[in-house]
Amino acid sequence: MLISNLEVIPDRKVVKHLGLVQGSSVRAKHVGRDIMASIKNLFGGELVGYTELLSESREEAMERLIQQAESVGANAVLNVRFSTSSVAQGAAEIYVYGTGVILE
Amino acid sequence: MSFQIILFLLLLILGYFIGSYLEREHYRSIKLREAKYNKLPAVASKLLPPEAESFEQRLVMGNVTISVDYFKRFLATLHNFFGGSVTSYETLLDRARREALLRMKVEADNLNASLVLNVKYETASIYKGSGSGVGSVEVLAYGTAMIPKQLEA
Repeated sequence: MLISNLEVIPDRKVVKHLGLVQGSSVRAKHVGRDIMASIKNLFGGELVGYTELLSESREEAMERLIQQAESVGANAVLNVRFSTSSVAQGAAEIYVYGTGVILE
Repeated sequence: MSFQIILFLLLLILGYFIGSYLEREHYRSIKLREAKYNKLPAVASKLLPPEAESFEQRLVMGNVTISVDYFKRFLATLHNFFGGSVTSYETLLDRARREALLRMKVEADNLNASLVLNVKYETASIYKGSGSGVGSVEVLAYGTAMIPKQLEA
């Protein structure tokens, strides 16, 4: 599965467009991380726990995108975008979407 | 009451010294690593290089969450009152963006990429509306790494 945020892939033609494919994942931070973050927050600096939380979440969204792309029979996803929104207190939704295509 | 004032001042002083120390250190390391990865350009253009057939594409990304210290948060609250540019948050976002871009470049470099195209930033705040007073920002940088194809011998 080729995933790219370009619209064209050099040397390869798009045979068929299969429309939008997407994946999303909502994760909440747990209390332990929250307490650590409030302590860290006094002094500033990187909140490693959150960095990890969000990259895990992003990987999960990506897996779901790939699953959906496979189920519609695509062999590549082009023009991939990420989007984040906070749905509830302390929970973040990671949304990833792109165009599923069949490349020759 | 006086205990609370002492605690507040203590946190303010601690936040100021440790926070600005951490920020200086972070900037130093960002500058060092930026110089190191200068050879790998990351551009926002999506135009393909002329010899594009000899590249493989791969999505690369880097993310980071950075929080602001107690002192700067206090300053920002003051700024909120008088208006004007909030420099303490400007450096926070600047650091987060540069760090995220660097992490993306590290990932691209590990794949032996020579160029990263169509770089986009995405900023999120997990604490939006939570009211806990934690000022932190998450930045994701992503793009398409162009990896030269291995020549078949």
